[in-house]
Amino acid sequence: MYNFDFAKPSTIADAVKAMSEEDAQALGGGQTLIPTLKQRLAAPSTLVSLTGIPEMQGICMDDAGRLCIGGATTHATVAAEGAAHYPALAAMASHIGDPAVRNRGTLGGSLANNDPSACYPAAVLASGATVVTNAREIAADDYFQGMFTTALDEGEIITEVKFPVPEAANYQKFVQPASRFALVGVFVAKYADGVRVAVTGASEDGVFRWSEAEEALSSDFSAGALDGLSVDASTMIGDLHGTPEYRAHLVSVMTRRAVAAC
Amino acid sequence: MPKDSGIGASSKRREDVRFLTGKGRYTDDINRAGQAYAYFLRSDVAHGRIRSIDTTEAAAMPGVLRIFTDEDFKDTGSLPTAWTVTSIDGSVQQEPRHPVLAEGIVRHVGEPIAGIVAETIEQARDAAEKIVLEMEELPAVTDAKAAVEAGAPQVHEELTSNLCFDWGFIQDNKAAVDAAFETAHHVTSLELVNQRVVANPMEPRCAVAEYDAGDDQYTLWTTSQNPHVIRMMMGAFVLNIPETKLRVVAPDVGGAFGSKIYNYNEEAFVTLAARILGRPVKWTSSRTEAFVSDAQGRDHQTKIELALDADGMFLAFRTETYANLGAYLRLFATVTPTYLHGPAAGGAYRTPLAYVNVKGVFTNTVPVDAYRGAGRPEGTYQLERLVDKAARELGIDPAELRRKNFVKPEEFPYQTPLAVVYDSGNYHATLDKLLDLSDYAGFAARRQESAARGKLRGYGFATWVECSGLAPSQLIGQLGARAGLYESAMVRVNPTGGIQVFTGTHSHGQGHETAFAQIVAEHLGIDEKLIEIIHGDTAKIPFGMGTYGSRSGAVGGAAILKATEKVIAKARKFAAHILEASEEDVNLVNGQFTVAGTDRSMAWAEVALAAYVPHNYPSDTLEPGLEESAFYDPENFVYPAGAYGCEVEVDPETGVVEVLNFVAADDFGTIINPMIVAGQQHGGVAQGIGQALLESAVYDKNGQLTSGSFMEYAMPRASDLPCFVVDHSCQTPTPHNPLGVKGCGEAGAIGAPPAVVNAVLDALNNGGYDVPDIDMPLSPSRVWAAMQSAS
Amino acid sequence: MVEISMNVNGKPVSGAVEGRTLLSAFLRDDLRLTGTHIGCDTSQCGACVVHVNGEAVKACTMFAAEADGAEVTTIEGMANADGTLGVVQQAFQDEHGLQCGFCTPGMVMSAAALLRDNPTPSEAEIREYLEGNICRCTGYHNIVKAIQTAAAKLTPVAAE
Repeated sequence: MYNFDFAKPSTIADAVKAMSEEDAQALGGGQTLIPTLKQRLAAPSTLVSLTGIPEMQGICMDDAGRLCIGGATTHATVAAEGAAHYPALAAMASHIGDPAVRNRGTLGGSLANNDPSACYPAAVLASGATVVTNAREIAADDYFQGMFTTALDEGEIITEVKFPVPEAANYQKFVQPASRFALVGVFVAKYADGVRVAVTGASEDGVFRWSEAEEALSSDFSAGALDGLSVDASTMIGDLHGTPEYRAHLVSVMTRRAVAAC
Repeated sequence: MPKDSGIGASSKRREDVRFLTGKGRYTDDINRAGQAYAYFLRSDVAHGRIRSIDTTEAAAMPGVLRIFTDEDFKDTGSLPTAWTVTSIDGSVQQEPRHPVLAEGIVRHVGEPIAGIVAETIEQARDAAEKIVLEMEELPAVTDAKAAVEAGAPQVHEELTSNLCFDWGFIQDNKAAVDAAFETAHHVTSLELVNQRVVANPMEPRCAVAEYDAGDDQYTLWTTSQNPHVIRMMMGAFVLNIPETKLRVVAPDVGGAFGSKIYNYNEEAFVTLAARILGRPVKWTSSRTEAFVSDAQGRDHQTKIELALDADGMFLAFRTETYANLGAYLRLFATVTPTYLHGPAAGGAYRTPLAYVNVKGVFTNTVPVDAYRGAGRPEGTYQLERLVDKAARELGIDPAELRRKNFVKPEEFPYQTPLAVVYDSGNYHATLDKLLDLSDYAGFAARRQESAARGKLRGYGFATWVECSGLAPSQLIGQLGARAGLYESAMVRVNPTGGIQVFTGTHSHGQGHETAFAQIVAEHLGIDEKLIEIIHGDTAKIPFGMGTYGSRSGAVGGAAILKATEKVIAKARKFAAHILEASEEDVNLVNGQFTVAGTDRSMAWAEVALAAYVPHNYPSDTLEPGLEESAFYDPENFVYPAGAYGCEVEVDPETGVVEVLNFVAADDFGTIINPMIVAGQQHGGVAQGIGQALLESAVYDKNGQLTSGSFMEYAMPRASDLPCFVVDHSCQTPTPHNPLGVKGCGEAGAIGAPPAVVNAVLDALNNGGYDVPDIDMPLSPSRVWAAMQSAS
Repeated sequence: MVEISMNVNGKPVSGAVEGRTLLSAFLRDDLRLTGTHIGCDTSQCGACVVHVNGEAVKACTMFAAEADGAEVTTIEGMANADGTLGVVQQAFQDEHGLQCGFCTPGMVMSAAALLRDNPTPSEAEIREYLEGNICRCTGYHNIVKAIQTAAAKLTPVAAE
């Protein structure tokens, strides 16, 4: 990989300052970024490690009953400590990558990258979570803007994500057999004011909400309510591991399974 | 009661201790003083003409020692291939030059164009980015059938076509085979693809070379299955270095599966660069490079047909195969789809007539060569898929159809219609063992239980016979081999009794250091711990052909046995002299030389010491020292066989296939170490299941490898596989070598793919989906699509 | 260059590294602890798994500078004090849980981490935990057995 300076700030303020360097890049757990750097597909001047900032670590409940997770919190921590508060989210985190990846990979890193096959975007979008940065709060519906594209500005750092805790939720991941990312992942979350369904892995446009399913499930929260519903295959990803038609089919199957498991 | 040492004991592996403590020594762990690093600029197009290459700016980059291009290698030979295959029309195979660095034309993605040597690997990479390369992209062809159509892009302009050879085996039998089809009661035919896969040993290739100008001596440490073969091939044919001046060391090697047999471009590069630069030069492959530079496996498109009579007896079979060889010929490129494929293509059956036709074709893809099983998995897959299809068409139980067509136990040695004579076997016994171990009788109930859960359960059979233990030199010489495939061994008994055994085979996971010691211990009657196995270094080992083709036990083990017998014969002379007995009266029993009819005896260690203290010997008839070497050339191949059963469950909603049980009942003849043999069965079966369900090297129409990393190429993980049931209790020791061993390393990779695919087809067809055929890998997407088109 | 120091296998070490120096490179090239292996470049094979502050991580997907101040354990630190094989290592030998040995260091480190988190794993849990460790030789059968054997030795109740 190309060489770079390594910065390890201990406060958000210092991190923001370090990120103001030209071509500085934030480093979460690095589980996607480091392989990318190895291929010389990125050439940051400075890598700003965010894992040494105590205020970006850990999970807690806020007064509004939201589960708040620091941006630099690892998947393993969410899996272990989130279970008591938001079991479906913790279960999702416990199946990202593999154990070693979960010990390093972070929530903020996953969201900032917004890989179209990553699991977290589905959870954040289905939960209607709020992405908190050093500068502002961004609603999940505004945050995801297509494959590898987000609402983050240059140098902006995800410090925390606030998840409203649903009445019931479940995430169904159908793994791509090589990468073990989601070939299709569906996160269903049932709130008092309606059901949200977010799909990852499937669409050319990255994570998306399946609004027809949400409507059907909001009036009848049962797998049967999804009968006859399907997503448009023409917008689905087609690759070695699945045709667009197959992914569209899996979206239906995984959504039904998620509802049944709620 | 199981033995606790010697042949038949599950001795724990001595090599494990160093591997488990991080003290293994793999090539990349070797660093030489003053070492520089090589990096290769590789082609990113599948076919192109290099219009110009400008290294001026790159050469001036920090740390760069030199940038090499084809100009620097113009005096070197072509990377060799080891076998001449003759076509039906009598012409010999077309054999294009395979340069170390591309000469004006690149023919596959990943072909090395320039080699940069710098003080650090990152500096070499930095410099590679500064090389200005002007490339005219040419049309590429990646599919073997498309490559022989009129107007296809020509991979090698200097050749008459992309057809390397068109081989008929046995051509003289073709008319009789065709005639049998004319009059057959039933003909089953099948077209299938045995997809290309990547060997992917966990250790990427690596090579470190050093040159000592003082004595004009080269040393190459490399990830090889056969260091002497590298020394011979690279020294004699590529770099013109005499064997006396080139030492090749293959230290611990982290898996190979065939992909580390060949003399690779990078090995020749670092060896020459080390001399030119006067510095040790190291190259370590990344996994990404491995995907486009390691030889790949399989890639056959086959039509196979079976003629049967009214009773379901096989009358004849014939095949037509297009074998994709890739852009160049590596060492076993032409023998793998021909002589390693045809002779065992008839499997366990007494089909009286057979004809195998294989067309070897050049394409703009990474070269293809031997991968675990090499030609035999392809033959077994096509035959066992076909037999299952015939059973389905005729409404006969697939086990029954196989059983009635098996070669019978009393028919061995059995002359097949494909030139070879099977040594020994009992195919009925392995099938019975399989049915028992897999509770075939209970399958119907298990299927019902699955159905109750909405799942489709299937059971798939495969039987296999391998023509292994490469190889009888006289026979293969007649078939076009350019070398013999004997093996060497030397047994050195040191004065204080410790024994070193030097073998020309190479262990890269097979446990030779343990198993070969068991052979010697058995025959000397001494503790295995006194015996050390040495391999992998041309400076230590007299000679060797290496490890591949399930040959190490059958050929290398036999050579060790022969050398051991010579050592015993000489030791007996010492013992006879000291014990004042005649040689014929002295016997070695449990490590003691005893004189028949007396209580006089001498321990092995006493004789060993005496051999080196020649104070009162008859020096005219007895030389001091106790060290003997032997070359063993087998008189024939050996023919291990087995019966495999796979039980799967298919999720009809998603197409996901889960392997629930896999049972392997094998006959490997005599077993040296049952624990190690079971491990080989497990690993082979896992690779076979990997090919059946997960793995595929896919090229797009431009020749880009779209599954070129572990992110896209699905390697079998622990959660993809069940625990296996493996058995090797059915043993018909081969009469073709003195140990009776038949070879076990490739078995699973040969037998597992058809068993898995047959199981899935059984599940689908019995589950209401009329799916006559499906190609590997059986990805969920593919299985689901097959169900959609069936319903 | 970044000055770093850490404890590796209980011994303090320090060095100056580039920002891009991976922990795996620091271990292999600077400390000559070559038991940590590199089998891929996409963070999938797991041959490089070590423990950092007690947690299994892929040393090829972490910068050396990120391990500054950490406690690092590699395969070289897994044997007993007297040099004999540790329980997990011994179980791998006893059950023939390795062949070529290349993935083995990572397997042992992952297995040890699993058994610390979950002393009595089921077969399915073992297989799932090995998601990030690829073995090409063994078909995993004997690796799973080795981990079960080690679990039974470390937590005798698991055997009941």
